[in-house]
Amino acid sequence: MKLSIKVEPRLETPRMLGIAIPVISLAAALLSGAVFLFFMGVSPFQAYSTIIRSSLGDAYGLSETVVKAIPLAMAAIAVMLSFTMLIWNIGAEGQIFMGAIAAAAAVRYLFVDNHLAMFAIMFAAAGIAGGIWAAIAGYFRARWSVNEIITTLMLNYVAMNLLNYFVYGPWRDPASLGFPMTAPFPDAARLPSFWGTRIHAGLFLAILFPLIFWVILRFTRWGYEIRVMGENPKAAGFAGMSYIKNVVFVMFLSGAIAGIAGMCELSGLQGRLQHGFSGGYGYTAIIVAWLARLHPIAIILVSFLMGVLLVGGETLQIVMRLPLSSMLVLQGLILFFVLGGEFFRKFRIRILSGGATPPIATTSAKEEK
Amino acid sequence: MDARAPSKPLVRMEKITKRFTGVTANLDVDFDVRPGEVHALLGENGAGKSTLMNILYGLYRPDSGVLTIEGKDVSFSSPRDAIASGIGMVHQHFMLIPSQTVWENMILGLEGLSSVLPKRAIRERILELSSRYGLSVDPDAKIWQLSIGEQQRVAILQMLYRRAKILVLDEPTAVLTPQEAEHLFVTVRQMTSEGHGIVFISHKMDEVMGLSHRVTILRKGRLVGTVDTASTTKEKLAEMMIGQKMIFSIEKKELQPGKPVIECASVCALGDRGIPAVSRATFMIREQEILGVAGVAGNGQQELCETLVGLRKVESGAIRVNNEELTNSIPKTFIDKGIHYIPADRKGTGLVPNMNVSENSILKRYWSRAVSKKGFIDWKEVFSFARGLVSRYNVSTPSMETPVRNLSGGNLQKLMLGRELSDSPIAILAVHPTWGLDVAATKFVREQLLAAREAGCAVLLVSEDLDELLAMSDRLAVMCKGEIMGILDSPAETPVEAIGLMMAGTPAEEALASAPRGGGKS
Repeated sequence: MKLSIKVEPRLETPRMLGIAIPVISLAAALLSGAVFLFFMGVSPFQAYSTIIRSSLGDAYGLSETVVKAIPLAMAAIAVMLSFTMLIWNIGAEGQIFMGAIAAAAAVRYLFVDNHLAMFAIMFAAAGIAGGIWAAIAGYFRARWSVNEIITTLMLNYVAMNLLNYFVYGPWRDPASLGFPMTAPFPDAARLPSFWGTRIHAGLFLAILFPLIFWVILRFTRWGYEIRVMGENPKAAGFAGMSYIKNVVFVMFLSGAIAGIAGMCELSGLQGRLQHGFSGGYGYTAIIVAWLARLHPIAIILVSFLMGVLLVGGETLQIVMRLPLSSMLVLQGLILFFVLGGEFFRKFRIRILSGGATPPIATTSAKEEK
Repeated sequence: MDARAPSKPLVRMEKITKRFTGVTANLDVDFDVRPGEVHALLGENGAGKSTLMNILYGLYRPDSGVLTIEGKDVSFSSPRDAIASGIGMVHQHFMLIPSQTVWENMILGLEGLSSVLPKRAIRERILELSSRYGLSVDPDAKIWQLSIGEQQRVAILQMLYRRAKILVLDEPTAVLTPQEAEHLFVTVRQMTSEGHGIVFISHKMDEVMGLSHRVTILRKGRLVGTVDTASTTKEKLAEMMIGQKMIFSIEKKELQPGKPVIECASVCALGDRGIPAVSRATFMIREQEILGVAGVAGNGQQELCETLVGLRKVESGAIRVNNEELTNSIPKTFIDKGIHYIPADRKGTGLVPNMNVSENSILKRYWSRAVSKKGFIDWKEVFSFARGLVSRYNVSTPSMETPVRNLSGGNLQKLMLGRELSDSPIAILAVHPTWGLDVAATKFVREQLLAAREAGCAVLLVSEDLDELLAMSDRLAVMCKGEIMGILDSPAETPVEAIGLMMAGTPAEEALASAPRGGGKS
C-alpha cells in the first residue's frame, strides 16, 4: 500500500484548534525537554516536579513566580502591540534598559522625597526613554522602510552598552567595592512591596496594561485602525488612515511600555541599576506574546506560566546542578514548538493510503457562490 | 471546424457530483474538451463553474464521477497532479507573487530545477513563448508593477511554460479592453491551432459566440446542455443560462448636469515604476452625470483615480472639489469631503479580507458619530449598520461575523459599493465595478451607480466594457498612455471605431474625422 503525506492549506481554523494547538505544542515541548533532561543525566520527572514544586508549591515560590511574571507581562504587551500592526519590535530588551537608565537618572538628578511624585517622575522618564528608543526604529521603518527587526535588535546592544557605561563609569557607587552598580535608591524611589514578599506595585501595572490594551484593541477607533493596518496596510491608506504616523506612534507606545517594565523591575525589585539588569525579559516576552496569540488577557496567563519555568529553572540550577543554559534550551524548545504549531493552524496534514481518500478541501459552499 | 471533429477528447469529465455542507455544487455534470477547440462554460455566479473547474484542476476531489485525461482515468489530489497531466488554469485572481519578477513567477512551484537558477534559459523561453503567442511582457518586471492585463499575460505564460495542453481561462476578458481581448483571442486561436484545448469561462455572450466551438451551460450545479456554438444564438444561450429572457438594456433617466464637483487641471502623476502615468489630465465631473473613462488597461485610469482621492501624489496640476483646492490633500480629507472610491482591487485595497463583514462595513465611517463616540466604537451600532447594508445591497453572507475573504466577488463588490454609497457621497469614482460579476450582480451595480447619479452624485466610471460605458456614461473620456485623448459629449452617437482609434492614441478630432459617420453601435 502506498502512503503519501499531503499538506493542504486550511480555509478556516476550527475554534477548538485555537486552544488545542498551543496546549499540544507546550506538551510536545516539555516532552522533548524531557528527552533532553534525560541525556543531561537527570530524571525528567524529578526535574519537572522540582520546577512545579519550587514555583507553585509554597507561598514563597508562588510569589517569586509572580515577581518574574510582572516584567514579562508588561514587555509582552509592548511587543504584542507592535506585532498586531505587523511591526516586529524585537527590541523590548533594549527598551527595558532605556527605561531603567532613565528612571535611574531621574532618581539621581530629579529626586523628590515623596513616593508618589517620585513614582510619577520615574514613570514618565522611563516611558519617554523606552518610547523614543523604539520610535527611532519605527520612524526609520515608516519613512525609509528600514527593516525594524534589524534596527530594534541592534538598538538592544546599544542600550545594553549604554547601561554598562553608566554603571561601570559615572554612576558607579564608590561604596560598591568595585561592583558595577549604582548606589541603592532612597526609599522614596522604591515601589512598595507586599505581604512580606518581593511582589511589588508593578503587579498592578502588569494586570492593568493587558486590560487597557484589550479594551483599546477591541473597542476603540484607534484599536480598530491598528488592526486594519496590520491586516491590510493598503486598505488602511484607502480608508484614510495614516500608516506612517501610526507606525511611529505604535512603536513609541510599545517602547514606552517596555521602558516602564524596566522601571518597575528597577524600582520595585532591584533598587539600584546594575550590570546584567534584565536577564532577557524582553526576548522572553516575544515568546509570551506569541504563546498568547497576541491576546492581551492571555498574556497575563502565559506570563505566569513562563514565570513558573523561570523560577523552576533557577531552582534546578541549584538543586540539580544544571547549567542556566539548560533552561534556555527548554525555553527555546517551547518557542520552537509553538511557532511550529502555527503551521498546523494554517495547514492540515493528511496521510493518504493508496485507495479511498477523503475529500480534499472541506470548504463551505459560500466559496462557490 | 475540422480540428474538433475526431479523436479522443483531451479531458472527459463524467457524472461529476460534488457536495459541500448543505449545497450541491455539481450534480451529474458531464463535460469534455477536445484538442483544438474552445469550449465555453457558461453560467451565473454560483452555477457551479468554478467547482467543476477546481475539480479538473485538482483543488477539489469529486464525491463521485470519473475524470479521464486522454483516455486514462486519473485522480488528482492536488493541482500539482493536474499540472503534471497538462492542465493549466488562469484564475480570475492571478496566483502570482507580486514582489517577484515575471521570470521568477514563471518557475513558481516547478520541480526539478537546478539549485542555481538558469535565469538566462528561463528568460529566453519566456521571450520565445511570448513572441509565439503574442503575449508580450518584460521578463524582468516585478508583478506588482504590471497592469492587470499584463499580469494575465504572465499567468497564461506561466501555464504555457509548464506545457499545459488544456488551459482553463476563468473570465479572462473581464479585465481586458476590447483591443486587449482581441489580442487574447489571437493568442487563444494560436493555441488551439497547435492542438491545445481551451476552457473559456465568461459572462459575455459576444465573446462566447465569437470564440468558442461548443458551449456548456450550467445552472444551479446542473448541466443544462452542451451545444455547438454555430447552431445557437446569444438569446438562446442567455435563456439557458438564467432560465428566462435577459434584459440587456439599462434604464437611464435624462438629467441636466449640475455644477462641477471635481475639477482637474493639467494633472500629472507618476506610476508605481516612477514613470509618468497620468499627463496633463484636464476634465471635470458635474453633479448628476456619469463621466465614463475608456481606455486599454494600464493607461493611467487607475492612477488618475488615485490622485483624485489623495492616494497618489500629484506632480503638477490642480484638483479642486467644489471649488476648493485639494491638490495632494491626505485621503481622509477627500473622504470627509464626500469623494468615494471603489477600487478595482477589492480584496487588496477596498476590503480587509481577514476581518469580518461588520468590521469591513465601517472602514470608511469608523470615526463617524453614528458608530463611535469619544473614540470608542459602538459595535452594536456597527452590527445594525452592517445588517442594514447587507440587506439593502443584497449581500449574501452567512453572518456579520464572517471574514470577507469567504465572500464571492459579487458579494464583495456589493458590500463595498454599499459602504461607499451609504456615506451620501458627492462623487463616486468606480474602477471596473462590474468586473467578474454575474449578470444579476452587474445589473445591480449599474442600477446603484445610476441611482447615485439621480441623487445628484458625480460619477466617474472607469471600465473596460465599452458597451457598459456607452450605456451608462453621459460623457466619455478616452485615455491612452496617461493622456485624455478627448472627451465625447454624446458617446452613444460616436462611432465605436472612433473610440477605438482614440484608445490607440489618435486625438479626438482626427479620430472622429476618419471614422465612418452616423455610426453608433451596430
